[in-house]
Amino acid sequence: MCVDISYTIMNCRSEVLEVSVEGRQVDEAMLAVLHTILLHRSTGKFHYKKEGTYSIGTVGTQDVDCDFIDFTFVRVSSDELDRVIRKAVAEFKDALGNSGSDGMGQISLEFYQKKKSRWPFSDECIPWEVWSIKVNVVNLANEQERQICREKVGEKLGEKVINIVEVINRHDYLPKMPTQSEVDNVFDTSLKDVQPYLYKITYQITDSLGTSVSTTMRRLIKDTLAL
Amino acid sequence: MDSDLSSQDRKDLDKFIKFFALKAVQVIVQARLGEKISTCSSSSPTGSDWFNLAIKDIPEVTHEAKKALAGQLPGIGRSMCVEISLKTSEGDSMELETWCLEMNEKCDKDIKVSYTVYNRLSLLLKSLLAITRVTPAYKLSRKQGHDYVILYRIYFGDVQLTGLGEGFQSVRVGVVGTPIGTITLSCAYRTNLALMSSRQFERTGPIMGIIIDHFVERPFTNMAHMHPCSYRYEGGTYAGIEDSQEVCTTSFSTSPPSQLYSSRLSYQTPALGTVDLCHPTACTAAAHPHQMVVPGKEGGVPQVPAQPNHGTAAEHGRVPSCPNGQSDSNFEVKTVFCDALETTFTRKVGAFVNKATTQVHPPPSPAPSSPLQGSLHSNSSSHSGGQPQDDFVMVDFKPAFSKDDLLPMDLGTFYKEFQNPPQLASLSIDVSAQSMAEDLDSLPEKLAIYEKNIDEFDAFVDTLQ
Repeated sequence: MCVDISYTIMNCRSEVLEVSVEGRQVDEAMLAVLHTILLHRSTGKFHYKKEGTYSIGTVGTQDVDCDFIDFTFVRVSSDELDRVIRKAVAEFKDALGNSGSDGMGQISLEFYQKKKSRWPFSDECIPWEVWSIKVNVVNLANEQERQICREKVGEKLGEKVINIVEVINRHDYLPKMPTQSEVDNVFDTSLKDVQPYLYKITYQITDSLGTSVSTTMRRLIKDTLAL
Repeated sequence: MDSDLSSQDRKDLDKFIKFFALKAVQVIVQARLGEKISTCSSSSPTGSDWFNLAIKDIPEVTHEAKKALAGQLPGIGRSMCVEISLKTSEGDSMELETWCLEMNEKCDKDIKVSYTVYNRLSLLLKSLLAITRVTPAYKLSRKQGHDYVILYRIYFGDVQLTGLGEGFQSVRVGVVGTPIGTITLSCAYRTNLALMSSRQFERTGPIMGIIIDHFVERPFTNMAHMHPCSYRYEGGTYAGIEDSQEVCTTSFSTSPPSQLYSSRLSYQTPALGTVDLCHPTACTAAAHPHQMVVPGKEGGVPQVPAQPNHGTAAEHGRVPSCPNGQSDSNFEVKTVFCDALETTFTRKVGAFVNKATTQVHPPPSPAPSSPLQGSLHSNSSSHSGGQPQDDFVMVDFKPAFSKDDLLPMDLGTFYKEFQNPPQLASLSIDVSAQSMAEDLDSLPEKLAIYEKNIDEFDAFVDTLQ
């Protein structure tokens, strides 16, 4: 059921993870995966000094216990970032619930770089890493099944964390550290305590036929420039 | 070879490896303390946060790690290992996992030390934070306290995995190539969690054959080096700050490589106070000033310290000698702690009984005699937190107020039978054999009787009010 795929197209690394969860576990499962990825894709705030040097702030971490899954994950200590991610996950969950589908959907976390273009062309957003999490929502009949599901999903999420760590530690392409003028093309500098790489979260809901029905694309990043 | 590496780069690399090892040990041990860890992000670098990560330093753990390293660095053929094990309050112990920081000979000559290696080590620490919450020992450590504690041991040299039992699994946290070799961080963890499979808990009959071998020489001779994963503020022993504590001022350059060395990582002794005597922020006020009380467990029973060779020595008034021949100041602290241990064990016996219903698991019975019996079993296992690992913790059943004889343990037998009562006759499967039709037929008669006696029932209800 959980087949994870990794491939690269046009220098954009793409990873696909699959999870099957109960309805009430969707939020926490998504948060666990997204935060684990963002933990590895966030740095401290850059402070540029003269002569092209910069110092990096400190990233704190905190453990988060899930209520509906036997699982604890680590996230970056940034309430701002947590709020953004929670909002995205909540929208995804609502869309899953409202779609009337069999409860299948996909949420994607895409890291990209901005490439400035000359007028009249708009800036390009070039993704360099995309994580797609396919979600299959199952319905359970009784409390015993739910208890088993708590443990099973906890184990599965553990496997996902190991998969994520494996990919991250391949040390494949990462954007070059930018100069001060370029930092907003590589990092999201809007948060006050941490600095993730520029990212966007989108989702798609799949109908029971397996086709992507609603192309609801929600852009949840700052600094999207468009002419 | 090393001659390709400038001396400054070599010095930097050695520093990175040393502090990476120390921080990795902190992450691992703190992840087994049994509580949630939380540190704050800071937009301005404080100078003491290696790898741009807020990882607090428990002084005792740093001390143990440095002692194990003894001035050396992890290198090719010299691995640094953190062994995590579980020890029950009865003195039985089991290795759960071993984290290994190793180096192999594969070198990456072109990699930039002060930038790429540093950042990748930071990434590896983040991965370690994530993975330490995923291995089976994490859940066990979160539930430690009354019946068992989690211990750690740091050693340097050859990796020893034999204590993990058969079929242990391995997970690789990550690798970082350096000009002198490739650093790898991995974890081997036990999958067979059956503790003392020879000690099966009998459902009927008195408890026999469980030897309380408090004074038998432990088979695990290396247990003397185990330490509890609990934080003890050993007021002043470590002074919090080492004289040679180095601080990392992270300063990077976006200049071309030829100018890269102009912004060097600088090392300076910190002013007092910059290194915290930190402890997990989630810990609550300790009942005893020298030990951390695990919250939510048995109302503040102190943890069992690492005195494996003298598991219940307190019962006999002996103050255990400290392992490792530690300094006098350590010994004093441990003595204080051991006095508390005496009290702990005295109370523990009674406390065991209260916990018995959730901790003692009879071996899997054959097909339950009735559907209700089967569901009772499954309910009890889910109430105990749904931990599949619970079954392996075989605790010795010592009821309060009973004599300490092995045979006959009347009170113990009574408790066991009480826990596993025979099925009520009315709930037995024979009842369901009665046909529905018979039930329905007898209903009108029963109703007639009840109606006749309605006055009696009313009077009874009145007496209740």
